[in-house]
Amino acid sequence: MRKIRTPYLLLLPGFGFLLTFFILPIINLAQTSTQTPVGGGDTGQYEQTLRFQNYIDAFVENKEQFGRSFLYAIIATILALAIAYPLAYAIAIKGGKLKNFMLVLVVAPFFTSFLLRTVAWKQILGEEGFVVPTLRSLGIISQSTTLTSTSFAVVMGMTYNFLPFMTLPLYASIDRIDPRTLEASGDLYANGFTTFRKVTLPLSMPGVVAGTLLTFIPAAGDYVNAAILGNPNTKMIGNVIESRYFKIVDYPTAAALSFTLMAVILILVTVYVRKAGTEELV
Amino acid sequence: MSNKIKDAAIPTIPMGARISRWFGRNLIRIYAIIAFTYLFIPVAYTFAFSFNDSGKSNLVWKGFTWGNWQNPCGAPEVCTALGNSIKIGFLATLFSTILGTMIAFAIGRYSFKGRSTSNLLIFLPMATPEIVLGASLLSLFLVFKINPGFWPTVIAHVMFCISFVVVTVKARIASLDPRLEQAAMDLYANERETFRRVTLPLVAPGIAGAALLAFSLSFDDFIITNFNSGTVSTFPKFIYTSAARGIPAQANVIGSSMFFLALAIVIAGQILGRKRKVSA
Repeated sequence: MRKIRTPYLLLLPGFGFLLTFFILPIINLAQTSTQTPVGGGDTGQYEQTLRFQNYIDAFVENKEQFGRSFLYAIIATILALAIAYPLAYAIAIKGGKLKNFMLVLVVAPFFTSFLLRTVAWKQILGEEGFVVPTLRSLGIISQSTTLTSTSFAVVMGMTYNFLPFMTLPLYASIDRIDPRTLEASGDLYANGFTTFRKVTLPLSMPGVVAGTLLTFIPAAGDYVNAAILGNPNTKMIGNVIESRYFKIVDYPTAAALSFTLMAVILILVTVYVRKAGTEELV
Repeated sequence: MSNKIKDAAIPTIPMGARISRWFGRNLIRIYAIIAFTYLFIPVAYTFAFSFNDSGKSNLVWKGFTWGNWQNPCGAPEVCTALGNSIKIGFLATLFSTILGTMIAFAIGRYSFKGRSTSNLLIFLPMATPEIVLGASLLSLFLVFKINPGFWPTVIAHVMFCISFVVVTVKARIASLDPRLEQAAMDLYANERETFRRVTLPLVAPGIAGAALLAFSLSFDDFIITNFNSGTVSTFPKFIYTSAARGIPAQANVIGSSMFFLALAIVIAGQILGRKRKVSA
């Protein structure tokens, strides 16, 4: 009898905690999203009127920021994949004795605060940094072009900040590939590129899927990079939610936006996992 | 094999072709060096500017000084924020490691009804954007008239750290050799003794890794903290709010120290792990 109960007893405190502080808040968020201001009440007072129109209003009003969030997140994810794949490949296949050391190096920048690094990029790419004057004197960018406060800087910051999330799962899946499968491919007269396309890449698909999800999800909800490296025209949905909460005290709109963000991400993720999953089988 | 034949043929190949071949063969290594440089540019920048004799705003290089390292609390508020971050990180790590490890043992060691639902409940917080986690928790606190502050932040951090602890510890449990526990039972250890003297010591490195991960997630978190901490300042919050007017060089000192400290812990852990493997 005791044995049947043991797992539930082990789960009870942790799941109690998650139900109270994760599930319950999400349910409460859903409730908040259909509220309207109390007539004649103070700012921040809302009552439940089941106004689903809130969602349409919130979306129409902020469709630009929505579009931008997903566009930036997708570009950053693709860039991170392009940068991280060869790196993960280098560590897994050519790392040799340095493998563990190189893995530590991938994670190490994490330990300097995420915000400090973002601010460092702002200053490196800023007018007083060394990059802009160099590029200008080389004629690569014009005298009036700036790098900070642009959408380029925001996407670059996101790519940089989420790069380890991409690299680690990629490494894990490439490292698991049996080197004999690559040899076999070579023995069957496949050249390097064909071996990569037909053997390495398909076998590393679980890492590609995990890495893109771990990058895309936080990138789509991020507002720190846009706030530090961007300008008012690079605002993402995260920036809107934040200002709705703290500056405008418009909880229903913020809740509707949060819920829409979550729903869109879940739908995209499901479609993507399905698609990536079937491709893996082909 | 074919490479060796090519190597033997190298001396007859002209210089230009040899150089391009060398590049071809080492391209991936050269790429790795460039990628690591990219990863470390802002870290190096932060470290270099921790020695800047900058005064209040640390934007332009003004001269070398040891002053910031000798007096890391010299800038107002920075050490209060750091202290809060450490306290919150410690409490969040403690609670999330205990709760998460229990869940990991339940899921990793038992088959029971609702196991797949349990896995889903662990996965969901990791798949939810931080801003949704932070905002939804804040609205719950507001409903219950709980003011955001120190303890709400601790609760928020425990909430998002649990899943990461479960995943890390579960992986360690899955890699255990079940024969070790069977051997203990064969040697007349009862269930509790087996757990205390065999299972737990074997899982311990996983728990330690999970705790380290939880602390670094908590210490570095900004978005969820920003929603639930009210007027309580943390180190990332301090940087965010002072980013507009310039961050004092002391923040760079603290960031760099955290970097070297964490690096030392990770490397020490690796050396320890290797020694264990050798002695085992």
